[in-house]
Amino acid sequence: MSDKTILGKHEVDTISRLAAISVAESEVEQVAEKLTSILDLFAQMEKVNTDGVAPMSHPLDQVQRLRPDVVTETSIREKVLKLAPSSEDNLFLVPQVID
Amino acid sequence: MHTLSIKQMTEQLKARTLTSVALTQHYLDRIEKFDGELNTFITVTPELAIEMAKAADKRLDEGNATLLTGIPIAHKDIFCVDGVKTTCGSKMLSNFVSPYDANVVEKLKAEGMPILGKTNMDEFAMGSSSESSYYGPTKNPWDLKAVPGGSSGGAAAVIAAGLAPMATGTDTGGSIRQPASFCGITGIKPTYGAVSRYGMIAYASSFDQGGPMTRSAEDAAWMLDAMAGFDERDSTSSEAAFNACSANLNDSIKGLKVGVPSEYFGEGLNADVAKVVKNAIAELEKQGAEVVEVSLPNTELAVPAYYVLAPAEASSNLSRFDAVRYGYRCENPVDLEDLYTRSRTEGFGAEVQRRIMVGAYALSAGYYDAYYLKAQKLRRVVRDDFSKAFQNCDIIVGPVAPEPAFNIGEKSDDPISMYLADLYTIPVNLAGMPGMSVPAGFVDGRPVGLHLIGNYHSEAKLLNVAHQYQQTTDWHTQVPAAYK
Amino acid sequence: MTWEVVIGLEIHAQLTTKSKIFSGSSVAYGAEPNTQANLLDLGMPGQLPVLNQAVVPKAIKLGLAIGAEIGMRSVFDRKNYFYPDSPKGYQTSQFTYPIVDKGGVVEIEMDGEIRKIGVTRAHLEEDAGKSIHDAFPGQTAIDLNRAGTPLLEIVSEPDMRSSKEAVAYAKKMHELVQYLGICDGNMQEGSFRVDSNVSIRKPGAPLGTRTELKNINSFRFIEAAIEIEIERQIEIIESGGSIVQETRLYDADKNETRSMREKEEANDYRYFPCPDLLPIIITEADIEAVRATMPELAGEKQARYETEFGLSEYDAALLTGSRQMAEYFEALLAKTQDAKLSANWVMGALSKSLNQNNVAIEDSPVSAEALASLLARIQDNTLSGKIAKQVFDAMWKGEGSPDEIIEAQGLKQITDSSAIEALVDDVLAANTAQVEAYKGGQEKMFGFFVGQVMKASKGQASPAQVNGVLKAKLNA
Repeated sequence: MSDKTILGKHEVDTISRLAAISVAESEVEQVAEKLTSILDLFAQMEKVNTDGVAPMSHPLDQVQRLRPDVVTETSIREKVLKLAPSSEDNLFLVPQVID
Repeated sequence: MHTLSIKQMTEQLKARTLTSVALTQHYLDRIEKFDGELNTFITVTPELAIEMAKAADKRLDEGNATLLTGIPIAHKDIFCVDGVKTTCGSKMLSNFVSPYDANVVEKLKAEGMPILGKTNMDEFAMGSSSESSYYGPTKNPWDLKAVPGGSSGGAAAVIAAGLAPMATGTDTGGSIRQPASFCGITGIKPTYGAVSRYGMIAYASSFDQGGPMTRSAEDAAWMLDAMAGFDERDSTSSEAAFNACSANLNDSIKGLKVGVPSEYFGEGLNADVAKVVKNAIAELEKQGAEVVEVSLPNTELAVPAYYVLAPAEASSNLSRFDAVRYGYRCENPVDLEDLYTRSRTEGFGAEVQRRIMVGAYALSAGYYDAYYLKAQKLRRVVRDDFSKAFQNCDIIVGPVAPEPAFNIGEKSDDPISMYLADLYTIPVNLAGMPGMSVPAGFVDGRPVGLHLIGNYHSEAKLLNVAHQYQQTTDWHTQVPAAYK
Repeated sequence: MTWEVVIGLEIHAQLTTKSKIFSGSSVAYGAEPNTQANLLDLGMPGQLPVLNQAVVPKAIKLGLAIGAEIGMRSVFDRKNYFYPDSPKGYQTSQFTYPIVDKGGVVEIEMDGEIRKIGVTRAHLEEDAGKSIHDAFPGQTAIDLNRAGTPLLEIVSEPDMRSSKEAVAYAKKMHELVQYLGICDGNMQEGSFRVDSNVSIRKPGAPLGTRTELKNINSFRFIEAAIEIEIERQIEIIESGGSIVQETRLYDADKNETRSMREKEEANDYRYFPCPDLLPIIITEADIEAVRATMPELAGEKQARYETEFGLSEYDAALLTGSRQMAEYFEALLAKTQDAKLSANWVMGALSKSLNQNNVAIEDSPVSAEALASLLARIQDNTLSGKIAKQVFDAMWKGEGSPDEIIEAQGLKQITDSSAIEALVDDVLAANTAQVEAYKGGQEKMFGFFVGQVMKASKGQASPAQVNGVLKAKLNA
């Protein structure tokens, strides 16, 4: 990677799409600038040689525990549908998805 | 009443010279009186609190109370409480009434601790000042111009101002310790996995850890004993038996090897803060501890590694906030993309948006190895530094933050300087080890904490050291003049 | 101009469990919408997954059956994308370290030749919910009952060269997962779904751009969809165009594939290890424990049927064509102790009725036990084979047990020799001309007499005894 990664409008657009967060046209420059400064911070990581170091995903030195295959749950539909911004006939609704 | 220790309160409750209802009402009255200026609570739950206090009194009357029965508590608004609005400091969850209890809430409910309300915090725990809350910034009771720290700023301020005797907090990169330091209270982040994350709204899952925020180490030990322990609903809950912390508080610290890392006393550290920390170390020496020099050579790189990994996890953790099943939904979405994008853009604040975007970028095709994988490797390097240091010492001490509480607004437009100020707390989260902040003095009227860091599962040792320190110092008993 | 077709399949097999892969919600099919989605399945804040222990040995079973390496340390990753039926905004899957690793092979037979199809990997993942597009105008409705259902995604190498090979492989895998008891194979309910990656190239050339045909729920449609997609690709390339890498839907009514108009650039899934789950560690002992429970697979069964029971290769292959058929046969055989008789009936009368009525063998109205009691009446000479078929038809219609039907319809075989002699005498007396002809050397008339006697007995006389008595009387 180069020493300095500078983000432009294209990158901001891509990131914004991945994140499902929009960046107003007027703010693109400012957002790009802030993100760029964060990437500058990231670039410092190159200072340390990590060849041969295994990545650490987790601080816990444990393996996945397994749950018995038992049905423990009953319907909570009435309770949770009340939280839904839009629902009908016990279904959650969103604007039409066109396949 | 609010300056009593938990021990004193429980003695009075057990003797029935004090009722939980009276104690709870006392705090509710103080909240009523002071919360307007401090903005420590997002939600106050007086009816629930009194109802629970009555139930606690019944248990106390019947003699089937546990240690903490009847002691009121304030929960950080990151913990789900059944039937109570749980916002995580965000507009996104401004209408979210949790349908269930977090494990921590369940446990403390079972103790019989009346819930006073939900404390203010940085939105989704992303921040070090509590300014990013959708519900407005919390003020520092020691100086209303100052931030209380963050993200558990509401919790820290509540304890400092005597609006609750105990509060829950969470710490992903310093979010218990730094506000504890800024507000002059005691806070401990346990070993990763010691406290269940079930029902604690995730910021960065492999870092997040709940813990107690209290006046004293003794209070914290009691509360941690009640909060911690294996939970089968959390795959990352530690299977190792949790060592009760309250049992060893009175052990002597004579011969304790205290490691002082030179990297924690470098350029960026405010000289007055350094003086406070050095005085505290001298106090430990006076009690018979032995100071040894240790090295944590990669401290500086922990910051970028953390700010890759935590936002990466966050970008994914916060994808569930999509306006479909719960949470904020924008007005009249024209299509699905509009629903997602507008709801999230309107529902999340600037810092949350920034971290989601940074995280998405760090995981995206072409950057994964350079950012995410590199940071994961550094995580191990940082952890190994600690493990090496702990071969030569029992605990590590240093500052919690390079400066005392800064002013509200001072850094809110400068994320990088805010990030860099986390350099002493972040490495501990990368390693997943326990750390705590203990009140150790003041700089210009603003509190400064002493940072104690322990090896895995050494909470009891940290609390023992803190308690011994608090036997010969009185920083933790001081109360801001306005809230006496 | 010849094109080489290159096909790889991704098969989603729903693992047979009671509860979901990460929650205690039921996976029963057909429940009321959103009644089988708990807090975790709904992606509520603060919810955490814990892995269902039943899925691990099931995945290992598949790995052992196809000779693949088992991932001794496998890891769940998050596949990040927004879609309303994906309640967390990511799918928990295994990307870098799957539970079934490389080395798997499945053999299929094409025109008498064995073809080996490589299996790249198989990994555990959670299913999404269901989107309903046609129930509310302008809106899509979401049912999350299916969200979190455990799946094993089995990914093949691009080793298939025709739609027929693809279907043969898919069928083989379909048979295998059912034999292993890890998937019920129900394609209508979506328990076994096939995605096909199709491309074409000139022989020897590098792989062409592929398209993916998703979620086709019958073997017939898989074949048709691949065929039509190959035609489409050839047409495009031969007219100078190029193939766009995309997902296409197959429309069975129109017999065409069409683009799902996905934004290809959107597919940056940002896989990373799920921090809420820890690595699955499998030990040699775990593998041996699973190995000890491995059922006999189709190929092994077929070989055993040939050597142990002396069945023909054809019969043995037919009987082991599905686990259910083999189970039926073995249950029948356990009672009759006669492999050939049992095989003939399973492949004959039973299969005929099943096919005619479009009934699966496990739903057969005539159980293996009932059929065994019918065959017992052949074995003890109560019934002739022909009458037995009549009884079978009555059993199929639910008219009762074989004995009840025999009694009710008076179908008992006549074995009383005096009764048979009387019948023979009547027939010979009524057909004197034919008797003369027979005696004059027309020995083929013998069959005529047999037929007449059987007719007179309404088919109930024992054919062997009729033969004996006739021979004795005519040659006297």
